[in-house]
Amino acid sequence: MIAKKVTRKWEKLPGKNSFCCDGRVMMARQKGVFYLTLFLITGTCALFFAFECPYLAVHLSAAVPVCAVILFLFVMAMLLRTSFSDPGVLPRALPEEASFIEMEIEAANGSVPAGQRPPPRIRNVQINNQIVKLKYCYTCKIFRPPRASHCSICDNCVDRFDHHCPWVGNCVGKRNYRYFYLFTLSLSLLTIYIFTFDIVHVTLRSVFYGSVWCVAALTLPSTVVEVLVCFFTLWSVVGLTGFHTYLISLNQTTNEDIKGSWSGKNRVQNPYSHKNIVKNCCEVLCGPTYPSVLDRRGVMLESSGSTPCKTSDVTAATANTVTPNEVAFFSLQKTTSPLIPNEHSPDEAPPSIATTGHDTATSIPEEEDATGPNGSAPKAPPTTILVKESSH
Amino acid sequence: MATEQFHNLQDLRHTATLATKVFIQRDYRDGTVCKFQTKFPEELDNRIERALFEDTIKTLNNYYAEAEKISGQSYLEGCLACASAYIIFLCMETRYEKVLRKISMYIQEQNEKIYAPRGLLITDPVERGMRVISFVDHAGWVSEENRSSHVSFHKCL
Repeated sequence: MIAKKVTRKWEKLPGKNSFCCDGRVMMARQKGVFYLTLFLITGTCALFFAFECPYLAVHLSAAVPVCAVILFLFVMAMLLRTSFSDPGVLPRALPEEASFIEMEIEAANGSVPAGQRPPPRIRNVQINNQIVKLKYCYTCKIFRPPRASHCSICDNCVDRFDHHCPWVGNCVGKRNYRYFYLFTLSLSLLTIYIFTFDIVHVTLRSVFYGSVWCVAALTLPSTVVEVLVCFFTLWSVVGLTGFHTYLISLNQTTNEDIKGSWSGKNRVQNPYSHKNIVKNCCEVLCGPTYPSVLDRRGVMLESSGSTPCKTSDVTAATANTVTPNEVAFFSLQKTTSPLIPNEHSPDEAPPSIATTGHDTATSIPEEEDATGPNGSAPKAPPTTILVKESSH
Repeated sequence: MATEQFHNLQDLRHTATLATKVFIQRDYRDGTVCKFQTKFPEELDNRIERALFEDTIKTLNNYYAEAEKISGQSYLEGCLACASAYIIFLCMETRYEKVLRKISMYIQEQNEKIYAPRGLLITDPVERGMRVISFVDHAGWVSEENRSSHVSFHKCL
């Protein structure tokens, strides 16, 4: 008997993600820098456990290696959670949804004279007495929800998009931001911990053997390596943690910070902030754990001669075949000034890095390098150009 | 029986071309919380009573508000999960997922009792990335296989 191969939805998902473990794991395609992160963390910790811990456990306290193990495990758990989870990808519009968004836009635009460029697709929404522009994504064929942005590396719209981090090999968005933050925080602590106890180790040795500190250090090459890695890592990781702590206290994303969306000019204020640091932190770190709306593990069946019909685990299913006679009606959100005749909306920062973005109406840095948790300074950031390095 | 009725609904085949589809959009006026517009679309004027429609949307909005509420329970869940390095979520269902399950049941019940008799079906917004609730014309609802009657969420990161 031939076993029927089940096609899962992740195999047909658009976008440039790579999936593992039959759709359970979701990452970006370029994973090289992620492997480097893994290597640096595990390598440094391995050296620490092999060379420092035996001495320190005996001469100082057994709690030293125990705490190091706990910290290391927490760092790895947070890293893997950030890297492997769905950041909050918004599924692309199905053909029928896309087609009547198009119809609605055409209805709103009226007839555009030949040769003239149609106005940009923007919808205005009032949130907390602030006008927020919802941009249309030409790739995903949706009007992006507030705070969502399209990542050109992963080719997905991500909800509450923060940035694309090559060091974790994934986007950082609504669903995995808190894991990313805890990763940078715990990695800062781990780095400081290893650095401190390396210094303590060398000091103890130099005192014990009555030698100069530097000489003692040179007899411990592994310690030297660890100190060097930790020293360079400290600056970037601690800086990054500080930066994200600042963003969390203001309930802002890296993307909004770089674009200057709520920088205060033209009396623009952040409509999502509760104006209270504690409330903002609680919302970001203690808020609900959003489930993934990208059904990766659902089973897919293909019907003959039409687009694949998606099955669903939820009982009320949708009709997915598109027929030529399909007429769709659309309920519009209240718009104040639906379309703006200029190409770029006023609050967009001018493009400062090259983008591979699909839509001209969006502003730039959807792809970013976060200066990385392990930004060893000699190494150049791999793919993208740093825009905000000075702020880290 | 309601279940049998529902299985019959599930087995409907696409016979006529799809006439109308109505999409209820998200209401972002209160921020990024999941909330749908309660404005009654004109296209459903002769199909469903306004009060029933609004009641359905408002109940769904209440469910989503409950799921996204930042309360003592969500703090506790977050802190416990953090203490376990979030490994506990590999075995345990989050509060949001529990509420989504309740929402699915509610939508199923609404379809059986209210919308199917009027020739309409509503879809769960979770299938559309929480962007829209769609009202589908009954005759145009395609089912390619028998679906199980229970809701299952695949555990995914």
